Amino acid sequence: MSDEKNDAAAAVKPGDATTDAQSTSKAALEAGSQTPGDRTSFEVVDVRHGLFGVHGSGDTSGYGGLVTTIAMPGPSERPYGGWFDEAVDVLAEILGESGTGFDAAIESVVVDRGELTLHVAREHLVEVVQALRDDQDLRFELSLGVSGVHYPHEVGRELHAVYHLFSVTHSHALRLEVCVPDEDPHIPSSVGVYPANDWHERETFDFFGLIFDGHPGLARIEMPDDWPGHPQRKDYPLGGIPVEYKGATIPPADQRRSYS
Amino acid sequence: MSTTHSTARIVDDADLPMFEASGGDWSQIAEEAARLGEERIVVNMGPQHPSTHGVLRLMLEIDGETVTEARAGIGYLHTGIEKNMEFRTWTQGVTFCTRMDYVAPLFQEAAYCLAVEKLLGITDDIPERASVIRVLMMELNRITSHLVCLATGGNELGATTIMTVGFTAREEILRIFEMVSGLRMNNAYIRPGGVAQDVPPGTVRATRDALKEVKHYMAQLEELMLANPILHLRLKDVGYLGLAGCMGLGITGPVLRSAGLPYDVRKATPYCGYETYDFEVPTATDADSWSRVVLRMEEIHQSIRIVEQALERLEKNAGPVMVEDKKIAWPAQLAIGADGMGNSLDHIREIMGTSMEALIHHFKLVTEGFRVPAGQVFQTVEHPRGELGVHLVSDGGTKPYRAHFRDPSFNNLQATSIMCEGGQVADVVVAVASLDPVLGGVDR
Repeated sequence: MSDEKNDAAAAVKPGDATTDAQSTSKAALEAGSQTPGDRTSFEVVDVRHGLFGVHGSGDTSGYGGLVTTIAMPGPSERPYGGWFDEAVDVLAEILGESGTGFDAAIESVVVDRGELTLHVAREHLVEVVQALRDDQDLRFELSLGVSGVHYPHEVGRELHAVYHLFSVTHSHALRLEVCVPDEDPHIPSSVGVYPANDWHERETFDFFGLIFDGHPGLARIEMPDDWPGHPQRKDYPLGGIPVEYKGATIPPADQRRSYS
Repeated sequence: MSTTHSTARIVDDADLPMFEASGGDWSQIAEEAARLGEERIVVNMGPQHPSTHGVLRLMLEIDGETVTEARAGIGYLHTGIEKNMEFRTWTQGVTFCTRMDYVAPLFQEAAYCLAVEKLLGITDDIPERASVIRVLMMELNRITSHLVCLATGGNELGATTIMTVGFTAREEILRIFEMVSGLRMNNAYIRPGGVAQDVPPGTVRATRDALKEVKHYMAQLEELMLANPILHLRLKDVGYLGLAGCMGLGITGPVLRSAGLPYDVRKATPYCGYETYDFEVPTATDADSWSRVVLRMEEIHQSIRIVEQALERLEKNAGPVMVEDKKIAWPAQLAIGADGMGNSLDHIREIMGTSMEALIHHFKLVTEGFRVPAGQVFQTVEHPRGELGVHLVSDGGTKPYRAHFRDPSFNNLQATSIMCEGGQVADVVVAVASLDPVLGGVDR
């Protein structure tokens, strides 16, 4: 590779774009200020450069200056549709009676692709799941586990724990999402309300480093006890070794030229 | 053997029994046991024990023949499938998730594809015939999975004939899988947008013939198992888990239904058109291992009913098996040739010989894949072992940003302690077999 090409490749290295990306995501947040209050309007999960989504090689297309902000679906406005409004009303009533208040506990309500997601403030998570399980109009008696997602671009709320609940009584499915920063990955455990979440929280701890306070035995479950790091985080490499085939070397999957 | 065991050298007192073990926390457990001076033994069952369905480690604390504490240790088969999926295209993801629960591969494929389709917003565009084929394949797979459960469950109790009959019956259906998808397991047959290819001619007849054989072997199994007093004594009232326990621990599938709740995802939140099929959800109220065996047998018969209805629909309606949108539909039309499944020669002739645009299109879709709008979905299907959930997150790219599978075996194994404690050591095998865990799905 000539020096010129090296420079060209360095100019579009994703590593250099991180500071850029963070400032653009802030700009995008400010741009989407049509929602009231200090709620985050969009969850920016990524900022992309160029047109074709190519990584790891010089972009010679001339579209390298193009910046695309990728955001998750934002908060929804009423009416949410279907049974969603009624369920949110019931939850608001319960949270109001307890003195917590709906706005303090629920950061936002997202309806996307026919599914309801409640973003819950972590300090009120246990109260919310308790209400969702026990109230006769909600009755989400079946917990379908906890899953983690790591969004390194979402500064201050990088780690998400996603709870999937199902109401056998009403045949309703609901998703709760709790977002915490990388520096303070603590979430109260929901095992007291849903014993089923025992292993699921252990798995999410194992893979993401989310710490579920109050869990009866938060140990690794899939990885060995002395394993360093949390494999499902985005800053954890996939790993793998190059494979040689007929004289050519194929790099491991996470180092191949790829699209996004 | 003439060589002396290595422990013989360090034993001073010939009368003192000595046990040696290594790995895990075994040494600590043994130290504690010695310190307490109690006559209790901690047994490490597995991860290589034949009755642990793969590599499950059971840590049993026993007092005589009674299990006082039971814990399950998992992770021996963790292969990072979910992480790997983040580095492959949406279509390639199918080949990864099919390898999770290898006894029921088509359910992971179906759940994953339904989730991708929900993310793409094309759920309603999936051709009718593709959904019918999916139902057909899933129900056939449910039969094979339940047969494996019954067969291995019998084998673990020493009833080898139950195993041979069960696996022989399963073989009949695996032949259909091979005929349709080219593979007996890890099929990668269901794809986002439909299925890889239409069923080959003669499938309907071959499946009907196979069902006839399955029914024949099922009759044998029923005679062998349900009328067997030894099996009844071993299974009755063993591994009890009532409805409250099931709901608390999130147990689904036959174990939940054996406690009396007729909860089945196919009825509660239908997918693939299950609401249009005529079938029942069998339940029991005994909540023990015996009732789970009976339930699985009844579920096999219900699955046969669904398969027969699906076959009728396949005969009646021809049509496409892949979504019309050419930006999503995998362009590689597959066909089964003399040497197995591969690219269809007609398709290769078209892209290589007649249309450069088709070649470019093929190349782009296969190497780059399609983009999925940002967002997340959760899709569940009724897996033979319970409710399988797929949590998919897209960042608008050509690869899943996060794919998480809520495997029913993973969740159900949490019931090991409550089902085994207070029972006999021999009943642990029965209780775990009634949960029917598959460790490929547990560890992913």
